[in-house]
Amino acid sequence: MTRTVPRPAAPQATALPAGGLRATARIVARADAHGVTRLPVLDGGGPFAIRRIQSHADQTRVCLIGAMSAPLGGDRLRIEATAEAGTSLRITAAAATVALPGRTGDLATYDVHLTVGDGARLEWLPEPLISAEGSDLRMTTTVDLAPTARLVFREEQVLGRTGERTGALRSRLTIRQAGRTLLDQETAYGPGAPGWDTSAVLGGNRAVGQLLLAGPEFGDKPVEVRLLGGAAGADPSAGQAVVAPIAGPAALVTAIAPDGLSLRRLLDEAAAG
Amino acid sequence: MHLDHQDGFPERHTYSAADPVRHDGTRRALRIGLGGPVGTGKTATVAALCRALRDELSIAVVTNDIYTREDAEFLRREAVLPTERIAAVETGACPHTAIRDDISANLEAVEDLEETVGPLDLILVESGGDNLTATFSKGLVDAQIFVIDVAGGDDIPRKGGPGVTTADLLVINKTDLAPYVGVDLEGMARDAKAQRGELPVAFTALKQPGGVQPVAEWVRAQLANWTAAQA
Amino acid sequence: MSRAALLVLADGRFPAGGHAHSGGAEPAVTAGHIKDAATLEAFCRGRLHTAGLVAAGLAAAAAAGLDPLLLDDAADARTPVPALRQVARRLGRQMMRAARATWPSAELDALAAARPRGAHQPVVLGLAARSAGLTPLDAAHAVAYENISGPATAVVRLLSLDPFDATAVLARLTVDLEQVAEAGAAAAQRAVTEGPGVLPAASAPLLDITAEAHAAWPVRLFAS
Repeated sequence: MTRTVPRPAAPQATALPAGGLRATARIVARADAHGVTRLPVLDGGGPFAIRRIQSHADQTRVCLIGAMSAPLGGDRLRIEATAEAGTSLRITAAAATVALPGRTGDLATYDVHLTVGDGARLEWLPEPLISAEGSDLRMTTTVDLAPTARLVFREEQVLGRTGERTGALRSRLTIRQAGRTLLDQETAYGPGAPGWDTSAVLGGNRAVGQLLLAGPEFGDKPVEVRLLGGAAGADPSAGQAVVAPIAGPAALVTAIAPDGLSLRRLLDEAAAG
Repeated sequence: MHLDHQDGFPERHTYSAADPVRHDGTRRALRIGLGGPVGTGKTATVAALCRALRDELSIAVVTNDIYTREDAEFLRREAVLPTERIAAVETGACPHTAIRDDISANLEAVEDLEETVGPLDLILVESGGDNLTATFSKGLVDAQIFVIDVAGGDDIPRKGGPGVTTADLLVINKTDLAPYVGVDLEGMARDAKAQRGELPVAFTALKQPGGVQPVAEWVRAQLANWTAAQA
Repeated sequence: MSRAALLVLADGRFPAGGHAHSGGAEPAVTAGHIKDAATLEAFCRGRLHTAGLVAAGLAAAAAAGLDPLLLDDAADARTPVPALRQVARRLGRQMMRAARATWPSAELDALAAARPRGAHQPVVLGLAARSAGLTPLDAAHAVAYENISGPATAVVRLLSLDPFDATAVLARLTVDLEQVAEAGAAAAQRAVTEGPGVLPAASAPLLDITAEAHAAWPVRLFAS
């Protein structure tokens, strides 16, 4: 994860006084008269390039590709994705997002807003966010679910590239369903976040992630608690995880691991049931 | 026993055990605590009491284990009562705290049992094995039994301590072992009398048929008083 | 009412069930993460700035008069694993019993009636502080202190740690505690106009994971 990607031309970006980028990417999935998911809005911009890729059955798929060395300090980035009623959309990324220090030492912001309509299914499966040494990123993710919406949401954070210390990474994830907040979680790691590297929070691990599965079926039958990795008695040096029902129709996998690879392995194991 | 109901605050029953009536105004179950050192036969006494009284009374049990739920599991395994009538309270390595200084978890267990399997006549609250000073709060139980045994030495009644001195009934268990451990039962009875005055003492050998009878009789008498005090 | 009520509320002997809980310290001791005063301090610092901060915000908001049922929902959303939601409600029910005996109020009665199986403990504690005439900042202090004094006391029992060392750990954390209480109270102040969404939601992944693992242990000293 030490590769450097040259910053591409950013036609839709406007410069901030601090020298950062302001860019918003928009994806809208809409069902046509035959119930087929179309993509009337597919706007990249700034560091975001969005490609439609091969559909799978009735699921429409897009990929955030290249140009993902952003956010740099000072940047204001935002992604808005909407899966309107009755659609099925999967969003992936081609590479990890690396938060890097900017020239000015300003913090960067990265906001993701996902909306899922009734009967729709959205899979948000980006690659990890890597907090490079010296970076300072505030991330917010807000998800609005309609009552019968389905969501698969993955979030992975890796604290520092190989052999370096982590940057400052603050993140808030809010998942709402029909206006009610199902999950509200804030994480604060790295410089300026007291207590983050302790046995109550990460216990020396450098990768932390969540996988959330939401849908009406999880309300009818809450998932059973399941422990994985070190929490289940295996060697804790490969990380640990728990699968548990949140206070609402969703299952949440919480995982920590020494590195991004072990983290992904735990999340995949949890997803496989 | 504190049987009169003089508290003026109308909703006191919602947070205190001192009130002898349930929410609906009927008399709640009599609560009897069983304490005493480890290994003297508290759980065996509870099991024997359940077997002796379960056909005539509606009973439930709360156990307070030190670091497991073993006592509750023993009682369930022995099937002395249906499983749902046995509740376990975890005590954070401090059993006397849970029965005396901070009784909130035990009160919740007692109330939950009344709610789920009640109406009940009798709830036995068993302490985790502790030292000679461990006694039950009057906010939790109406009467308490302290269980010691002859194998622990015949000087325990003489040593006294709040359990031996103030319990409503002192049970001296395992009398069948007296000849083997060189214990003088009459001396123990004398010492207990000196410490306890008119408070009763029961000698038991739970391993023998009907061994719990003296304790069961005492419980019946307590329950008769409890019921007679009904407003 | 006087500020001295804070001493009663924050006293470790306040009979609200805390003594049976280690706040995640028992699994941390077993995993070898807590083994002496220094490692206890690290654990407590991490817990204070995550679970403690969330609790401080909720308690301060309840003390400030926010709807405790909304706060109870907010607490659920901030507690992703069922073992910790269950513990919070059980302790909330025990706190409610003690609070109604010590500082009876119509607000406590109403919450007890609406949540007979218990509301989240920090919400009940905040409402108890309010009933005692204490401020939101007082409530945040009480709940934040309890957030670390519980594990410290548990570790004294679990490791036979020198109680003087454990108390010195708490003393060293008082600056952090002050920050956390003030942050919780400031967020509560905002929540009065902006709603509970602005309250802290700091998460501690290890506390969540180990709470579920601990709940499944067949033999343990503490209930959580």
